[in-house]
Amino acid sequence: MSNTIILPSSINQAVSRRRLLGGSGQAVLSAGAVALLAGCAGGMASSSNTAANDVAILNVALGLEHEAIAAYQLGAESKLLDKPVLDVAVLFQAHHKEHRDALAATVRKLGGMPVDAKGMGEYATALNAGAIKSQGDVLMLAARLERGAANAYLGVIPSFKDAELAKIAGRLAADETMHWTALAGVLKQNLPAKALSFAA
Amino acid sequence: MRFSTLATVLVAMVPLAHAADADRGAELWEQRCTGCHSLDANRVGPKHRGVFGRKAGAVADFRYSTGVGNSSVVWNETTLDRWLTNPQAFIAGARMGFRVGEVADRADIIAFLKRESGM
Repeated sequence: MSNTIILPSSINQAVSRRRLLGGSGQAVLSAGAVALLAGCAGGMASSSNTAANDVAILNVALGLEHEAIAAYQLGAESKLLDKPVLDVAVLFQAHHKEHRDALAATVRKLGGMPVDAKGMGEYATALNAGAIKSQGDVLMLAARLERGAANAYLGVIPSFKDAELAKIAGRLAADETMHWTALAGVLKQNLPAKALSFAA
Repeated sequence: MRFSTLATVLVAMVPLAHAADADRGAELWEQRCTGCHSLDANRVGPKHRGVFGRKAGAVADFRYSTGVGNSSVVWNETTLDRWLTNPQAFIAGARMGFRVGEVADRADIIAFLKRESGM
């Protein structure tokens, strides 16, 4: 597959900075992101059931982020990605690591126990990584997961009892949608013909 | 109510009845459910093939919440509709918070799950 991603200079700079700070794509957690998520939890423990339900949803979201990180790792290690595509995969994986860390911090803040990641082998099996033979296959898997994650975040918004957590879910959905849009462009997929195509 | 009026009301209600469409449900399932679920592999959520007619919390190699694991619910049109409407309200302690707001969408997704369960 010869598709390439043309990165805006700001993204290239961000990728380069991450490499400088984090080696091979290691997460560089924004303190602001954690403060944003963890700070909003201050007044949330008024009802244990309410908090428990919100924690449960956050932990499902955390599971999604673990899986996304693993999927990009599988893609990066496949040696199937061209350099510019690999750069974007590393950037998107870094976003998911920031999501993961922020979600885990919030779960802890609410008195919960963040769900752990599974082993890479388990993710590889569940995602049918053995069927990935090309860069296009990697990107198709990533696009499917990103679109699914965007829809998942949108679908849990009505269930959050805390409006700030609902807002965060919306922001996470926006990140996943941005990822999907970039991947769909590389894959030359048609953009949705109609508006309001997500969660629909 | 006079018979003619009643008949008019009943006729007017007919279009509201939704014939579940498993093909549309497949598209909706792909859009909405595959973030967490696959048909044949446990991921963030349990595999979906065979869910229709299955007892809740019964996939052997999936780690359920205590609420779902202890539930006596059996998945059918009614229970899946209530689950997709608001999972945490239907089974206390459920981890899933994902809701499908439209009645017709739920019916179509359930029809797809039923079909994929061989029913």
